[in-house]
Formats: sequence, C-alpha cells, structure tokens
Amino acid sequence: MQILTRSIPLFITTVAGIVMILSAFFPYTSDWGKFAGQFFNILAAFAFVLGGGNLLKLHLKKISDQRPGWAYSGVVLVCFIVTLFVGLMKIGAYPNPTYPSVHFGGETQGSGSMFWWFYEYAFKPLTSTMFAMLAFYVASAAFRAFRAKNFEAILLLGTAFIVLLGRTFAGVLATGWIPPDSAFSGLRLENLSVYVMQVFNTAGTRAIMIGIALGIASTSMKILLGIDRSFLGSGD
Amino acid sequence: MSSSASEPMTSAQRAIWAIVCLAIVLIVVARSFVGHGMGRVYVEPKPMDFVAEVTTSPENASETSSSWKQLSTVEFDAYVSANGYEDTISWVEYDEVPPRAYFAQEAAGGGSIILSWPRTIGLWLAAFFTLAIFSFLYRDNPFYKFAESVVVGVSAGYWMVVGFWDTIVPNLLQRLAPAFSKDYLTPGMELPPGGFDTTNLVFLIPLVLGFMLIGRLLPKCGWLSLWPLAFIVGTMAGLRMVGYIESDILSQTKETVIPLYVQGENTSSTFMMIWSTIWASLAQVLLVIGVLACLVYFFFSVEHKGAVGKTARVGIWYLMITFGAAFGFTVMGRIALLAARVEFLFDDWMWLIDPMQQREFVTASVGLLF
Amino acid sequence: MIKLLENLDRRWIFLAMALCVSVPILVIGLTGVTFPETPTPLAEAFFAEVDRAGEAKGRRANVLIALDYDPASAGELSPMSASLVNQCSQRGHRMYFISLWPVGPQMIDDSIEKVIKRYYPHLVYGEDYVNLGFKAGNEQVIKVMGIDLTTEFRTDVEGTTLSKIPMMEGITSLEDFDLIAEISAGYPGSKEWVLYAATQYDIPLVSGMTGVQAPQNYPYYPTQLKGLLGAIKGAAEYEFIVNEYIRRSRLEELLVASGLDPAVAGPLADEPAQIPAWTTSAAAASMTPEAKADLIDAATGATPGEFLEGQRRMGPQLFAHLLMVLLIILGNVIFFAQRRRGGSA
Repeated sequence: MQILTRSIPLFITTVAGIVMILSAFFPYTSDWGKFAGQFFNILAAFAFVLGGGNLLKLHLKKISDQRPGWAYSGVVLVCFIVTLFVGLMKIGAYPNPTYPSVHFGGETQGSGSMFWWFYEYAFKPLTSTMFAMLAFYVASAAFRAFRAKNFEAILLLGTAFIVLLGRTFAGVLATGWIPPDSAFSGLRLENLSVYVMQVFNTAGTRAIMIGIALGIASTSMKILLGIDRSFLGSGD
Repeated sequence: MSSSASEPMTSAQRAIWAIVCLAIVLIVVARSFVGHGMGRVYVEPKPMDFVAEVTTSPENASETSSSWKQLSTVEFDAYVSANGYEDTISWVEYDEVPPRAYFAQEAAGGGSIILSWPRTIGLWLAAFFTLAIFSFLYRDNPFYKFAESVVVGVSAGYWMVVGFWDTIVPNLLQRLAPAFSKDYLTPGMELPPGGFDTTNLVFLIPLVLGFMLIGRLLPKCGWLSLWPLAFIVGTMAGLRMVGYIESDILSQTKETVIPLYVQGENTSSTFMMIWSTIWASLAQVLLVIGVLACLVYFFFSVEHKGAVGKTARVGIWYLMITFGAAFGFTVMGRIALLAARVEFLFDDWMWLIDPMQQREFVTASVGLLF
Repeated sequence: MIKLLENLDRRWIFLAMALCVSVPILVIGLTGVTFPETPTPLAEAFFAEVDRAGEAKGRRANVLIALDYDPASAGELSPMSASLVNQCSQRGHRMYFISLWPVGPQMIDDSIEKVIKRYYPHLVYGEDYVNLGFKAGNEQVIKVMGIDLTTEFRTDVEGTTLSKIPMMEGITSLEDFDLIAEISAGYPGSKEWVLYAATQYDIPLVSGMTGVQAPQNYPYYPTQLKGLLGAIKGAAEYEFIVNEYIRRSRLEELLVASGLDPAVAGPLADEPAQIPAWTTSAAAASMTPEAKADLIDAATGATPGEFLEGQRRMGPQLFAHLLMVLLIILGNVIFFAQRRRGGSA
C-alpha cells in the first residue's frame, strides 16, 4: 500500500515538475510541457466535478443527520441539482443557427436559456451583494481598530489618508490652491498619492514579492525532491 | 449590539424590522403606481425558422449533403403551407430591449415588443436577493440564510456545468470520441483525418486521472486521488518555480538596479529643471533604499541590533506605508462594489434614476414622475 | 459624547455608509453631473499602449482581451472593460476574447452586447472579434497558450473549429498577439499574466485590476506591465481618456468625410467646443444641414451612459472616503480620551 499511496505519487510529482522545468529551458521538450499543461487543465475541470460532488455529500449528510439548519441544506441541494440539470441539458438554450437540429449545439452561457436565467437573476445579484457587504465591514473596522498607538501606526494611517483623499475629488479640493506647475505641485494630494504608490509602496511590495518568490522557489524544490510530502496527507 | 440569530429578538428590534419592511413595501407600492411604474423587462421576439436543404456536389451528382437554410417568417409560412412541417425547425429568440422602445411602440400604436414575464420575475427575485443579503447588516435572519443557501447551490452547479461544457467536452471528449462529439455535442468541430487521431489516445491519461480524482468522494477509494493530486502539485511546483524566479526575483532585482541620478522633465526654467531633477533622483534613491531596507527586515535569522536593527526599522516604516496604501485601495474597491448594487436597486429595479438612458425621461430632475 | 461613541452600535456606521453611497448615486443619477477627472500617468500609459498596438508591424493589431473577473467585481471592472473594448473597436484592432474565470464568458458577452453590437454594429464576428470562452486550469492555460493556443482553445464559444474562423489564421500562440489587455479580479489574473506571458515571452501587457490587487502590482510597472488601472479611480480616468479620444476620432472622421483637409480636420477635432461656431463659418458652407447637425451632435452630444459608469461611481467614492477618514479620526479621539482617563483602548 505504501507504494501506491507514497512512492508512486512522489514519483509522479517529481517527474511532472521536472517536465515543466525542462519545457521552459529546452525547445525540444516544450511539447512535453504543453501536454502536461493540457492534462492539468482537464484535471482542473474534473476538480469542479469533485467540488460539486463534495457539496452533495456534505449537505446530504447534514440532512440525514437532521443537524440544525438542515432545511437550508435542502435549499442548497435543490438549487444545485436544478442548476446542474438545466446547464448540462442546455434547457431553453437557443440552438446553433448553423446546426439547428443538434440540441446541444448552442452556447452554454448564451442569454435566453434557463442556465443564463439562473446566472443573471440568482448568481449575479447574490455574489455581487455578498462582496458589496464588505464596504460596511471596512467602515466598522476602521472605526474600531485603527489606532495611532505609535509612529508606525501613524505612518500607516497617514498614508491611508493620503490615498483615500488623493484618489477622489476631495484631494483636488483640499490642495487645489497649490499651483499645478509650481515647485510644490508634488504636495497636491493627487500627485502625492501617485508618488507614495510609485516609490514607497513599490519598494515595500517589491521586497515582499522577492521574499515570497524565494519562498515559493524553495517550497517547490522541496516538493519536487520529495522532502515536503504534506500534500499526501498524514502518515508520513 | 449583537446581531446573532441565536439570540431572541427584542421588541425594539422587532419594531425596527417591521418599520423597515413596511417602508420598503410602501416605497415599492408608491413607485409602482407613479409614472411608468418600475421593475419591468421588455423583449423583442425574433422567430428563427429553418428548413432542411439537400445540395448536390457539382463534381459528383450522387454525392449529396444536407444543411439547414434560414427563412424569413413569410417564406417559412409559404413553405409550410406547401410542404407541411416535415424537415423544419423553428424556435423564437428574445432580444432584450430598453423600456423606452416599448413606450415608443405603444405611443405609435403597437408592435412586436412585449413584456417578458420570466425576466421581470427574475428582476424582482434579484432585488429580493439583494435586500435579503443586505438584511444581514441588521441581524442574521432566515431571508439571509435562504439567500446564502441559494448562492452556494447555484455557484457549485454553475462551476460544474461550465467545467464540463467548456473544458471536458472540447478538450477531452472531442479528442477521444470525435464522431460522437460532432454528431451530438459540438457539431461545429472538424473531424480529424480518418475520423480519429491516434495521437489523442494519450488523453486517456487525464481521463483516468480525472476519475481517480473523483474517487476522493468514496471512503475506501480516497487514496486513488493521491495520484492526480501528485500530478497537479508537481506541475504547479515546476511551473511556479521557473515563473517566480524569472519574474519576481530576476526581473524585480533588475528593476531595482537603476540609476540614482535622473534628469528632471520640467525644463520651463533652470530652477524647475534642478528641482524636478532632485525630486526624480530622490524617488530613485528612496526606492532602492526602501527595497534594501525591507529585505534586511525580512532577514529573521540575523538579530536586529545595531546597524541591522536601524535598517530593519526603516524597512518597517516602508512596510507600514505599503500597508496604509493597500488599505486605502481596498476601501476604494469595496465601496465601488456597493455603489454598483445600489445603482441596480435604484436604476434597474425602482426606475428612480436613468443614467443609461433606458427609459428616456423628459428631464433628469423630474424623471421619476414620468 | 465620548461615552456615546465608545458604545456606538456598529449598525449606525452601516447606516452612515449606506447614506454616503445612496444619496450621491441618486443625486448624480437625477442630475447627470459627475466630478471632473484628471488622468494619471498610469491610465495614460494604458491608453497609449492600446493605441499604439500593431503600429510597429504596420497592420491591424491582434489584441488578446482576457476578462478574468466575475459579477462580484464587475462594479469596479466592467467600466474598464467597456472602455477597453470601445477603444479597440474605434481603433480597428482585432479582438480575441478569452477568460480564465468560469463566469468570465458572461462578462465577455456583456462587453460585446453593450459596446460592439450597440455602437459598432459594422464589426463582423469572426473577422473583427471572436469569443474563445473559458478554459479551466488557471495559469496552466497561459502556459499552454504560450506554446500552442489552438490545442487549448480548440473551438470558439459557439463550438466552431478555429480553422473556420478567418481571424484565427496565423494565430498559434501568445507571441502572435501584439498586445495582451487583461482585466483582473484576483487569481488567476494580472500576476499570472505577468509571470507566464509578459515576462516569458516579452509581450506588451496592460492590466486593469481591483483596488485590492493594484498596490501589489505596482512593482511590475512600467517594464513587465506597460499600463495599470487600479480600482474605480483608474476606471474613471481611463473612461475619461477614451471618451475624449472617441469624440475626437469621430469628429475627425466626420470632418474628413465632409471634404475638409485632414491637416485642418485634426486640430479642429481637438477643440469640440469650437465646432458649433465653425459650422456657421464659410469653411462649412459646402456641408449639408444634416451633416452639420451630425457634426454638432458628435462634438457636444452627451456621452452614452455605458461609458460614464466609472465617473458616476466616483461620487459615492468621495463621500464614503470622507466618512472613512472621519471614522478613523473619531476612533482615535476615543482612543486618546480613554488613554487620558487611564482606561483600556
């Protein structure tokens, strides 16, 4: 069993990784990378199927165990199954005008189909509104959490003020009295916010980026050499 | 202050709920009976009528091919009168039109534009979902929980459908079963020479790995998913290692090795040229110092004392400025999303404003009366 | 007062935020007035890069437009896509739409319906623009596109094989594109296109992105990323630039079509406010009344609402930002008052 659950997966990981690295350096092997990439993309689509299956499993368990809130799990499953059915069967989808006799020949996400209806009037407003809620929480967090306790916190808040005001008309109004062609035009809030982003933010982000890239390079190396096996689960 | 659904509602909270719901109902009722009303979607039907057509090859009279020819409504009616409905296909497509097109049509005495009940009901459902999600701001409640359940179910279904039709069918099924795909799924595809390309047999590998991945759902077959998972992790590790080293280490290091003296662009006077040169050069110096100071801060294996400590301190200041800028931009992003939702409620649903000129009010300021 | 603020229910803050956003939207929606925009160098660089795409090769540019976002971020990003498609359509670039997000094709359809079909109905699908749809795989899709695009995107979104689409002739990999224009909401997005396309193949890349991502991508500008639009402000600036460009282009087209020398038409098109007076001058004597009316409409007519979305949303941004600043100040007033009292923060 160790061979099936440890040795072979580690071998696959190492070979797949080496193929990708070689394909970047040798034109002769670039096709290997192309095939590996295509296989990966197909597996990514299967991962969507896995995600749907997992959702089905979790919520069916919740309903069968009659855990609190199981009725909402019923709603999840009904919506999931209906969306899946109308999408896979292309219910109401307009056929392809060149091949009108082929039922499945039409566009999956084209307007007018039931699948599109679910997207336009359920998925879209719900996901948009969920993210829109964050504006309220950001305001509440700003009131409760941002305290100028020390010099570093003052720097953070000061920069936030410059960016918040400089990126709107408030900045133009506040420092509009500084002539745009003068020596002090850099102190106009809209120019100052650009300067802060292009100098200080770039410097800090670049250092973070280099640090993260070094971390990714070392983690990738550990994975390819079989030193990091955490993705295989516990037991090793 | 807590808005948990597990705590019973106080009478004050119940009163506020009732007032808010009543206010929304009153506004909706009032708006519905003033001017053009609100919340309707209009469509123009477009009949699509096809008849089967058999064409003979000019080189070989015995070689025929069939295709479908689109006819206008008049031509189609004439064909059906003569030949019946055999070898015909028809359906109606609906194109959404702005409400002003419908109002103009009604003013002119009528036409083909009609109210779309599915889309109008959908619009009201979208408004209900929007308000249900927003209701969580006051307190967790069944409307929010219902809306949350709907989005979870619909999203999961959506992703599965898209994954199947946009990747599995064209990139896998078309390769492994081209004739079946062409006949039943994607008629627009081209068959490979000879009907099947044997090099595509290599795509049996992702097919098998894909089914092994789904084995994760079965308790006893969970280990099967380790092979495709290993493949995914290996390819991503290989791809990212090269990509990040080239882009985020080498290119970014190259971008930091820059001239510290830069000629200013403002040549309106000698003073401005010197001043702009100082500012531009200072920017370069601050950039290089900043990157180095931040990198020194990230050296946690060296104690931050003395010169190293002071440099790390400068690095922290740069990082604080970076985080402050990130916060400012994040706020900007979130508010735009809220503005978009409020625009949906005021424009598409309540017809209170008309920035997209969908209903062409007489004047903007009195628009809601017409 | 301090005690009141200390115990303030956060729902009052939510209400304040709701009012700061709703009231400006109502006022702007009813009056049509927006705040003036002054483009920053990043937005100008984005526009300039799209404008000069294909110039070096002296032919129509092949522009890969990747709309990698979903409805959750459409509030910030759809004004950018609309203006990008507007500029590319007016400029005559060939547009190849793809997406790395599952809901991306809906965003592509929106852009095509809202911009191309409504304002550029003469553009032909398959010759001027094509929709290749979505593919799963995130950055691996970019990797495969860099080697052989046609093995990943085998058909367009309607299922037609690429060999039957005229504008796909000669397009085999990312290197056949003159520009990649990407609108991104997260992962996969700008960073992946920089890492696996722009840096590896040295292809010009411009990107519009959400406010959350923008600060993280500044280090890539201006070498790996030629232009960057950050958040709704970037969208508003870019919209402003593109609207001016469209107005100028259309004016120049109409003036040249009316028989005016291009050397004179160009500078005149740069001053739309002068057009109504110019139509009464001797130079416009040969124009028909309909042509004059078209010219005045092109010079002074209202910009369609679809291309003012970003600028409209800057109104609520202003008041919401002022509220944020006020809240932070109030929060710190409470903090310092508590510290003076000797209480905990």
